[in-house]
Amino acid sequence: MQQPGSQALSTDAAIVLRNVSKRFVSPEGKAFTALEGVDLTVAPGEFCAVVGPTGCGKSTTLALISGLEPPSRGEVSVLGRQVKGVQHSVGYMFQRDAVFPWKTVLDNVAAGPRFRGMGGGEATKRARDWIARVGLSGFEHHYPHQLSGGMRKRVALAQTLITEPRILLMDEPFSALDVQTRALMENELLDLWAATGASVVFVTHDLEEAVALSDRVVVITAGPGTVKAIYPVNLPRPRNIQEIRFEPEFMRIYEEIWSGLRDEVLVSYERAKHLLAS
Amino acid sequence: MTATVNSQSVELAGDLDLVRARARARRRWMVLFLRIAVAVGLVSTWELGTRIGCYGSDTATCLIDRFYYGQPTGIAAQLATWVRDGTSSGPLYAQIYVTLLETVLGFLIGSALGIVFGVLLGRVPLLADVAGPYIKALNAMPRVVLGSIFIIILGFEIWSKVALAVVLVFFVVFFNAFQGVREVDRDLVSNARILGANPRQEFGHVLLPSALSWIIASLHTSLGFALVGAIVGEYLGARQGVGLMIATAQGTFNANGVYAAMLILAVLAILAEALVTRLENRLIRWRPNTVTDVTF
Ligand SMILES: Nc1ncnc2c1ncn2[C@@H]1O[C@H](COP(=O)(O)OP(=O)(O)O)[C@@H](O)[C@H]1O
Ligand SMILES: [Mg+2]
Repeated sequence: MQQPGSQALSTDAAIVLRNVSKRFVSPEGKAFTALEGVDLTVAPGEFCAVVGPTGCGKSTTLALISGLEPPSRGEVSVLGRQVKGVQHSVGYMFQRDAVFPWKTVLDNVAAGPRFRGMGGGEATKRARDWIARVGLSGFEHHYPHQLSGGMRKRVALAQTLITEPRILLMDEPFSALDVQTRALMENELLDLWAATGASVVFVTHDLEEAVALSDRVVVITAGPGTVKAIYPVNLPRPRNIQEIRFEPEFMRIYEEIWSGLRDEVLVSYERAKHLLAS
Repeated sequence: MTATVNSQSVELAGDLDLVRARARARRRWMVLFLRIAVAVGLVSTWELGTRIGCYGSDTATCLIDRFYYGQPTGIAAQLATWVRDGTSSGPLYAQIYVTLLETVLGFLIGSALGIVFGVLLGRVPLLADVAGPYIKALNAMPRVVLGSIFIIILGFEIWSKVALAVVLVFFVVFFNAFQGVREVDRDLVSNARILGANPRQEFGHVLLPSALSWIIASLHTSLGFALVGAIVGEYLGARQGVGLMIATAQGTFNANGVYAAMLILAVLAILAEALVTRLENRLIRWRPNTVTDVTF
């Protein structure tokens, strides 16, 4: 187990968060600290999973890396540059469904290149290619409401990957899916990721998913969120999600991380109970 | 063995579906039949009421006094007269044309203004904060009285009616457009930004489509308001139009005339509603077909 911040802050890291805090101020002027002194480094091409109890600031962390939200304190840099706003090198799959309901699958997937100034013909061609890669050929002209939840996630994945991001942020992308669809999508994600070499920050509340997919698991404490511990996952790649769960090494890592995560989940659970009681 | 069982159960399920579909079709016909029966029943009761219990030619002695309440055959005769001989203000089609023209113009201008101002105020919070109280005050006012002002300013031709329709339509569309822009899904805006949208693209690809579903929903209501504006305007003072026909009929105690004009209005309103529904289906194909209309 590594202690937070023990990893050298190398200048060629893909993502660096240095002593980052994020406070939200409500319209009534009440401040709420979501993140407190977070240190995190993600290497180029690394698949980093982030786990922690609900409300600990996982989504907020991604918002900071993406540039959608500025940090209240500390420094966030991506690919060696301080983050000052949204960057073209970052792809972001949101926790909630964020495909455009008024666009067809084709137009949804082509949106990124079109926004960035690519011609319609070329963007459509590339979109068709990505639609095929995520297994949605034949659904080009469907609207999102005509698709299942899993298919909408595939649209979102293609929409994100078509922009060829070097940093890929994913916020509990598969949590709403049934177990089979989920395992399928996890395998597909690993295949697609292996071909891109992007750095991934993958937020999930499912520890099994975190261990199965990632090179490193970051555990965040119950809010205000801070990095509690970072665990390396030295499982060989390429991995098969359905099979890797039965490897002894997988189980050992899972047990180790769970013992750290459990306390945080309990803290968060107790707080929720108190909130309900009061 | 299992295969036969399966195919049998599939057939059975198919049969059940068929039975259900037939039951649904039967029910549809029954509803249609009952609807017609209700109309026939009401109209014939009305007609009979004006014909029984009468002494001589004194309509007041009948069960229903047709002098006050009209008479279905009288209404039909009135319509026939209008079609054949025209109205006191000119041929019938010209009256309908004028009212429709005022309605459509009022609807288009009012909607356009409502969308522009709604989107503008939705996008610029400072403007919304400053203009908010004034708009609320204007909205609280019974705007129909503006009709009199418009007739004084704009005269008896169509523009005073168009103005009244515009005012009525504007507020409905304005509030919906404003709300639509305000209520846009933050995640969709964030997603567009991440994908590289500039502010203009963000507006055209996210805010506008999002607001459009609100705006379209308001069009049903606002088209009705446009018709009300045109009719009330004509009623207050006009040279032509269905509203004037009602005013004229009222002035001569012609109850049948008022009902006949109402009937014409009802048909116009239903046609307009159908038109908006078609427009809606064309403009927002991306939405699941939720049944929003409870009036039909
Ligand atoms: N825009 C915001 N304004 C106020 N509070 C927020 C905002 N976004 C998140 N929060 C709060 O910050 C905390 C962390 O949120 P989030 O990052 O979404 O948690 P997680 O994704 O780990 O469940 C939560 O308590 C949440 O209520
Ligand atoms: Mg979250």
